[in-house]
Amino acid sequence: MFKDITRRASKFAAIAAAGLLAMNVQAAEPIRIGSFLAVTGPASFLGDPELKTLEMYVEKINEEGGVLGRQLELVHYDDAGNASKARNFASRLIRSDRVDIIVGGSTTGATMAAVPMVEQAGIPFISLAGAVVITDPVKKWVFKTPQTDRMAAERVLTDMKERGLTKVGLISGTGGFGSSGREQTLAAASAMGGIEIVADETYGGSDTDMTAQLTNIRGTDGVQTILNFGFGQGPAIVTRNYSQLGIELPFYQSHGVASDSFLELAGNSAEGLRLPASPLLVPDSLPADDPQKPVVEAYKTEYEARWNSKVSTFGAYAYDGLMLAVEAIEKAGSTDKAAVRDALESIQGHVGVTGTFNMSPEDHNGLEAESFRILEVQDGSWKLIN
Amino acid sequence: MMAQFSQFRLKGLVFLAIVVFALPLFISNPFHYGLATQIALIAGAVVGLNLLVGFAGQISLGHAGFFGIGAYFSAIMTSNYGWSAIPALVVGAIGVAIIAWTVGRPILRLKGHYLSMATLAVGFIIAIILNNERELTGGPDGMPMPAFDVFGWELSVFGQYSLFGMDISGDLAWYLFAGVILLAAVWLAQNLIDSPIGRALRSVHGSEVAASVVGVNTAKYKSLVFVISAVYASVMGALYGHFQGFITPSIASFDFSILLITMVVLGGMGSTIGVIIGAVVLELLPQVLADFQEMEMMLFGLILMLTMIFMPKGLLPTAANYLNKRRSKSAGGDA
Repeated sequence: MFKDITRRASKFAAIAAAGLLAMNVQAAEPIRIGSFLAVTGPASFLGDPELKTLEMYVEKINEEGGVLGRQLELVHYDDAGNASKARNFASRLIRSDRVDIIVGGSTTGATMAAVPMVEQAGIPFISLAGAVVITDPVKKWVFKTPQTDRMAAERVLTDMKERGLTKVGLISGTGGFGSSGREQTLAAASAMGGIEIVADETYGGSDTDMTAQLTNIRGTDGVQTILNFGFGQGPAIVTRNYSQLGIELPFYQSHGVASDSFLELAGNSAEGLRLPASPLLVPDSLPADDPQKPVVEAYKTEYEARWNSKVSTFGAYAYDGLMLAVEAIEKAGSTDKAAVRDALESIQGHVGVTGTFNMSPEDHNGLEAESFRILEVQDGSWKLIN
Repeated sequence: MMAQFSQFRLKGLVFLAIVVFALPLFISNPFHYGLATQIALIAGAVVGLNLLVGFAGQISLGHAGFFGIGAYFSAIMTSNYGWSAIPALVVGAIGVAIIAWTVGRPILRLKGHYLSMATLAVGFIIAIILNNERELTGGPDGMPMPAFDVFGWELSVFGQYSLFGMDISGDLAWYLFAGVILLAAVWLAQNLIDSPIGRALRSVHGSEVAASVVGVNTAKYKSLVFVISAVYASVMGALYGHFQGFITPSIASFDFSILLITMVVLGGMGSTIGVIIGAVVLELLPQVLADFQEMEMMLFGLILMLTMIFMPKGLLPTAANYLNKRRSKSAGGDA
């Protein structure tokens, strides 16, 4: 409480000082963007690049004059990927910090824990987490930037069908990402028709050898291709086991491992495998007329120059979230929450790093499965297939 | 001596009641109410755990598991099977009691580290089940939980209620409810401590051998208090879930078990009011430290380390000792 008072007082002093120094500029309150991300803890590989992206672009937008002539202010908390913490911080952002919009929620659990509060308070919320439940069914105030795991599954299955592969062996991790991906793959396969999941194996998060599951799949009648849905080190081990067993079937991974560190972990065994990924991994191979090319290239160069570390797909979700928020506020012409929400819902043709967003009252994600690019590993690096 | 003791206890309860009901005079932000509600519910579970740790001298590293079962059982029954909150809470608590009893009988024959390891394993198994039974629990992504309802009357943080003609918000209503629950939990615990069972437990804590020599059935009392503390956790877990509206398996995690034990140790083992202070401190610190960003965990660790080095008996007992010493000193000066 005391902190609130001091914070308010210091903010007041800052505003007063700014007003005195720049009499011609209206001493407008900054636009407050709230965020809770998993910067530490097991999901920090999501939250860390997301926070860096938000910090850097809020800075950049402010240098360029802000939004609607007002500066942006980022209010950030670390939820460590914990749902109860996320709920607390969402509550704090809404009720104590009184932010205008929330861009955050690295994990599905954290996002879903904050949703009831966000819906009740009526504040626009752009989530950075993957699962399909976030925007299906559509929730009035909740939007999200990453593609759903359902889209990843559809994209992979479509590519398989195009190659004439219709009998799929599925192996997935039992973590949140893997098990949700498994569910969506099974659902997508039965919805699409003409493709069949003939084997369905799982492995635990800390397993160090998956040859048993892979041998089972190889032994399944008629299996033509194998798909691995998982996160972290599991898929790298599956990939190594795959080549150790000398399995000749075409191999697919999910977008969960679409990063350069996966290539390092899996080494030569990754040769020839395909996965759905963000164009961010292959900015150079994008054709010159691709509308995403300039956005992707700019984000990659700016991020790597500022932080001196490799850009990641997860940071791009935060980039898209922030830019969508900015566009919505500009379109609404104010930070009135209902107006911003309506503007967010009507955004069309917003070219982001992840894809091109076309929001609608029925679709609060706005991406198509085609926004995933199919990449293949060739000579130890990513090649764009389509 | 005994009369003095219970008088002190009663004072503690009255003091707690005053704090609980006076707090709304000083805070008005719904976020602060939400935090206070959470603290009250977690403190309730810690009061139960303290019965086991502080009075029977046994350590449970799996208490979050019972907390999690309570929450998940209520969540599954109310949202998937249309049960009302109270029967779900009661049946969940009975289920936890049965689990704790079955598990407790063999476990509590173990001593020292073996006991902690066994409870640790139980906690882990519960967390793994919650994580993997995706159809039932929603897996690692968690599941939503409906508002708490009593005979068709719903207690939701988003509602509006009137109490004695005053309009109160759902947040305040939840806080008052949680406060009353905490007071009830403390009252029950203190009665238990002052009963023959409590005396038997303290004798087990003092020396198990001596206790069994004078005819105390140590195994029986240990499993009894284990069951009681597990039921405390289960009930608080169910209420916590209703309050949060969304639960993930992290509430049954090892980390949370450790946090609960830390609250007991930090606040002062065996002091019912002390462990509540432990819960308040450990829940508030992360919020206060949130502004330090990267330094948060370091400061958190540092504060805990310093407290344990300089106040090894816990916050309240150390403070009480200090006050007593000063009082007796000044009394001595008068004489």
